[in-house]
Amino acid sequence: MKRCNPAFWFVAPALALILVFFVLPVAAALALSFTDFDLYALGDPARLRFIGFGNYRRLLADAEFWTALKNTLYFVIVGGPLSVLVSLAAALLVNHRLTPLKGLFRSLLFLPVVTTLVAVAVVWRYVYQPRYGMLNHLLEALGIDSIDWLGDPDWAMPAIILMAVWKNFGFNMIVFVAGLQSIPESLYEAAAIDGAGPRQQLLYITLPLLAPTFLFVGVVTLIGHFQLFAEPYVMTQGGPANSTLSIALLMYQQGFRWWNLGYASAIAFVLFSIVLAATVLQARLEK
Amino acid sequence: MRRLLIYAVLLLTVAATLFPLVWTVSVSLMPVAEALSDSPKLWPDSATLEHYRDLFDRLELGRYALNSFLLAASITALSVLVNALAGYAFARLPFAGRDALFRLLLAAMVIPGQVAMLPLFLLLKQFGLINTYAGVIIPGLASIFGIFLVRQYAQSIPQSLLDAARLDGAGELRIFWSLILPLCRPILVTLAVLTFLGSWNDFLWPLIVLTDSRRYTLPVALANLMGEHAMDTELMMAGAVLTVSPAIVLFLAVQRYYIGGLMRGSVRG
Repeated sequence: MKRCNPAFWFVAPALALILVFFVLPVAAALALSFTDFDLYALGDPARLRFIGFGNYRRLLADAEFWTALKNTLYFVIVGGPLSVLVSLAAALLVNHRLTPLKGLFRSLLFLPVVTTLVAVAVVWRYVYQPRYGMLNHLLEALGIDSIDWLGDPDWAMPAIILMAVWKNFGFNMIVFVAGLQSIPESLYEAAAIDGAGPRQQLLYITLPLLAPTFLFVGVVTLIGHFQLFAEPYVMTQGGPANSTLSIALLMYQQGFRWWNLGYASAIAFVLFSIVLAATVLQARLEK
Repeated sequence: MRRLLIYAVLLLTVAATLFPLVWTVSVSLMPVAEALSDSPKLWPDSATLEHYRDLFDRLELGRYALNSFLLAASITALSVLVNALAGYAFARLPFAGRDALFRLLLAAMVIPGQVAMLPLFLLLKQFGLINTYAGVIIPGLASIFGIFLVRQYAQSIPQSLLDAARLDGAGELRIFWSLILPLCRPILVTLAVLTFLGSWNDFLWPLIVLTDSRRYTLPVALANLMGEHAMDTELMMAGAVLTVSPAIVLFLAVQRYYIGGLMRGSVRG
């Protein structure tokens, strides 16, 4: 028997797993999206029919899909930049020359990232509770009328965004800190000698040299935000009045609640196409 | 003066970030219905552990914690091994089409996991893996990001070490086991912690795969409880504390490795 390249045995387990549990399902999803696979076909595959672009046409006429698209874009356009800004501010803060115990503060601000979403949803729902919640009591102290955060269609998405920023900013903060630490200290010293104040140093050294980090953070955040699912799933189930229904949540409901697997696959591919287009566009813009 | 300002902002930021977590612990110690009084309390008047007792004695939270732990531990052990093997090969063992294949894998990371989820469910149903732990463990074992992390790290191992080992007649598997794995320890620890926390906190996939409530993991059990005990705020808070605290303890214990690994991965990536 011919001895094969030992590298084969090293990559075979991982590649086989990726092929069977990722590549194959993605290809199958594309195929499914052109069929009417539903609960009946799940029981009896003979009922499966090829319907071409039927699911995609149905999608374009589905008001729920447009609502979900609008909500997802809201989350991406408002929540994404907000999350990046908070991360950057936190990174500048914990990496500041005068900040003591940098490692400790970095880790403390990172804590929300390692928490379980279902569990922190418990406390956030309590914080947002209109009558007993802490947030409304703080607002009342400032003389602002109380808000039914998760019950008001206008406020539910902002509430989801606030919680998502809290949960996730630590990750990008670490990426920004890594970027900040790769800027040579000598640049700041030279600038200080030339009489540049802290604000000028930030504008003319820090931010321009962080450009590659911005690209990385921007793309990762964009992709992550388009896939919004878990936060509305545990906080609002997409309500009230579908105001927090995202595309991924709609796909989940169509697929795993109503078992319209064909239709749900079409939704998944539309989401994928949008993410891909947005990623390419953003990478172009930032370059 | 500037120093004072920095300290103030720092303390305020940390307080705001940690407030929800600390408050969860505080409310979990309040007696029934104290959390639903008209002015929210920061601390319980008299602390009680009754909700924790309730969770363990009546609601079997210990079982779900054990399920979660065993699942996360098996996923971590297997997944680190699989990804380390592949990551090392992609870095140091030449084979035809290697770099093109790796670029292809990286490009595939743009595909959202949700796209694969529905057919994956059908596939597991075919294999008879629905409602089994294998169904939770196997699909996510190979991670492109994990392979990427190990590959980046393994590229910095000096070639002379590998050459010396080969001259001594060591087989490739032996080189991997007794030379590469110890050398890659820092990144493997990072990967292990990342994987463990990821599967400890995972909610959606166990929810889809596991149908028998005795097999539930902590997050799934907690979400289930939330449906039945929505008004028992203090009890839910205790459940949240039990779910989150192992993750936080693990993170704090290995934070240097974990954050260091993330920073290395992101700078080179």
